[in-house]
Amino acid sequence: MKKEQRRKKEIVFFKPNTDAFQEMPLAQNGVSAGFPSPADDFKELRISIDQEVVKNAEATFYARVAGESMQGAGLDDGDLLVIDRSKDPQDNNIAVCFIDGEFTVKRLKIEADCMYLMPENSKYKPIRVTEENELIIWGVVTFVVKKV
Amino acid sequence: MFALVDCNNFYASCERVFQPQWENKPIVILSNNDGCVIARSNEVKVLGVPMGAPTFKYKEEFKRKNIKMFSSNYPLYGDMSSRVMQILEKYSPNFEIYSIDEAFLRFDGFDYFNLEATGYKMRKQVRKWTGIPVSVGFAPTKSLAKIANKIAKKFSSKTQGVCMIDNDEKRIKALKWTAIRDVWGIGRQHGRRLEAQGIRTAYDFTNLPDSWIKKHMSVLELRLKKDLLGLPYIKLEKTVPSKKSITTTRSFKNNHSKFHELEERISTYANSCAEKLRKQGSACSAVMIFIHSNSHQKNKEQYRNSSVVTLPYATDSSVTICKHAVAGLKGIFRNGIDYKKAGVLLLGLVPSKERQLNLFQPNINKHDSLMKAIDKIHLRFGPHQIKLGNQDLNSTWNMRQEHLSKRYTTELKEVITVNNKSEIIL
Repeated sequence: MKKEQRRKKEIVFFKPNTDAFQEMPLAQNGVSAGFPSPADDFKELRISIDQEVVKNAEATFYARVAGESMQGAGLDDGDLLVIDRSKDPQDNNIAVCFIDGEFTVKRLKIEADCMYLMPENSKYKPIRVTEENELIIWGVVTFVVKKV
Repeated sequence: MFALVDCNNFYASCERVFQPQWENKPIVILSNNDGCVIARSNEVKVLGVPMGAPTFKYKEEFKRKNIKMFSSNYPLYGDMSSRVMQILEKYSPNFEIYSIDEAFLRFDGFDYFNLEATGYKMRKQVRKWTGIPVSVGFAPTKSLAKIANKIAKKFSSKTQGVCMIDNDEKRIKALKWTAIRDVWGIGRQHGRRLEAQGIRTAYDFTNLPDSWIKKHMSVLELRLKKDLLGLPYIKLEKTVPSKKSITTTRSFKNNHSKFHELEERISTYANSCAEKLRKQGSACSAVMIFIHSNSHQKNKEQYRNSSVVTLPYATDSSVTICKHAVAGLKGIFRNGIDYKKAGVLLLGLVPSKERQLNLFQPNINKHDSLMKAIDKIHLRFGPHQIKLGNQDLNSTWNMRQEHLSKRYTTELKEVITVNNKSEIIL
C-alpha cells in the first residue's frame, strides 16, 4: 500500500509546449491507415556509381581525355577519368601529370635514374622526364568512364 | 591544446591546383564584377599591390609585371574548402570551422602524443589530397593558436608550416613579436588607442592590469588577455545540434513545370528559412535546395534532384540566401517535368554575431538594417507583408567575370582536359 502511494506521487504530468513551433518533415509516401508496405523495412539507397569509383571523396577529381595517345590503355577521346589524389604514384600507374605547362595522362615508368611518361599508342613517343622538365604528378587515375 | 589550421593564400591556391603553371607566379583574385583585388599570392604582396586595389587603376601594372588576374570563382573555393574541412575533421571530434579557409581543432588527452607530428601529417595530407597548402599553429588557447599559425606561415622555411607554442618562453617570445593591431579580436580602433597608450605588442597588452582593461575596454578584451596568458578562456564554438539546419519544404497544390514557377516557390521558401534563421540569431554558410516530380503520376517521367550552394560568407540576409537558392535551382531544373514538391535547407549555421567579418567581402553586413526593418514590420503587421521581388536572373548571371576559371570540381562539363595538344607524334 505504502509503496503504491509513493509510486503515485512520482507521476508528473507534462504539458505540451505550444509556444515553440516546429516544422516536421513530410512523410514521403504519405501515411495511410491500411496495411503498411512490406517493402518499407527493406528500403535501401539506390545504387550510385560513386560507391564503386569514389574511394576518398575529398581526394577525388575528374578529367576529360582529349586525343588518342593512351588508346592502348582504353583511354579514348572524350572519356571521363576518375583521379584519386590520395594514392601514391607508383611505377606502371596511369597518372594525370602536369608537365611543361600542360596536363597529360600517361603510364608512369619509374627507373633508377630517370622517369618516362609512356603513351599507349605506337604513333606517340615516350616523354623522358629530366631535371629540366617541370613535372607534377597530379593524381593517379583509378577509373575510366566511357560511353559504349 | 588547440590547433588553428589556415589555408595559405586560399583563393590563389585553389586556382593554382587546376592551373599549376601559376605556381610561384604572381596572381590576384578580383571581387565580384572584377572590381578590385580581394586576394593576392605572396609574389604579388612582394610586388607592392595593395589589398582592394581597383582593377581599372592597376590593369597596366598587372600587364607590365605579368600578374595574372582571376575573377572570384566561389563554387570552386567552396568545394575545395569543404574538402579541406572534411579531411581536418577526422583529426579531432572537437572541430570548429572558423571561416572558408580556417578551422580550429581541440586536442584533449593528446598530452603524450607528438602533436607536432600530427600537424605535419595534417599538412601533408591536405596538400596531397586537395593540392591546398596549409599552415598549422598549436597552442594552449585559441588566441595563441592564431599567433602560432601566423608564425608558422611567416617563417615557413624554418617552421615547415607548423609552429607550436607549448611553454612560457615561446609564448612570451611570440607575444613580443605580435603587433597589437594584429592580435585576434583587437579591432583597428582599439589597436590605435592602445598604440597611443604605448601598448605596441601583444605582450604589452598582457601586462595591463585587469582593472584597466575592464574600465577602458570590455570584458571581451579581458577574456582575451587571459587567453593570451595561456588560460583557455575562449571556447570552441560548436553549433548546437538542434540548430544545425533550418528547412522549409512544401508540396504544391498543383503541379508546376515552368522554371519561373519553381523559382517563385524556392524564393519564398528561402525567404521563410532566412526569417527563421534571423529569429534564432544565426547565419548560414550553405543553401541546399531540392525538387521532386509528382510520384503519383506513374505515367509521367520521374525526376528528383538536389543541389548545395556554398555561400561566399555566412549570412542571414534573405536577399543573399534567395539569390543563391535560385542559382542552385537553375543548376538542377529540367524541362518537361511535372514538379510536385520543393524545399530549401540552410546548412552550416553559425552564430551571426560571431561570424567572421570577411576582408574580401566588405559588404557582408549590407542587408542588416534592411532585414531588421523587414522583421520589425512583420512582427507588427503580420507575416508576408514584405516580399522579395522575384529576382531577375539575367542580372545575376550578367556579373562581370572576364577572368573566370572553370568550375573544375562542381560541373562535369568543366573538368580539366588532358592530352589536349602538342604531343610528340612519330
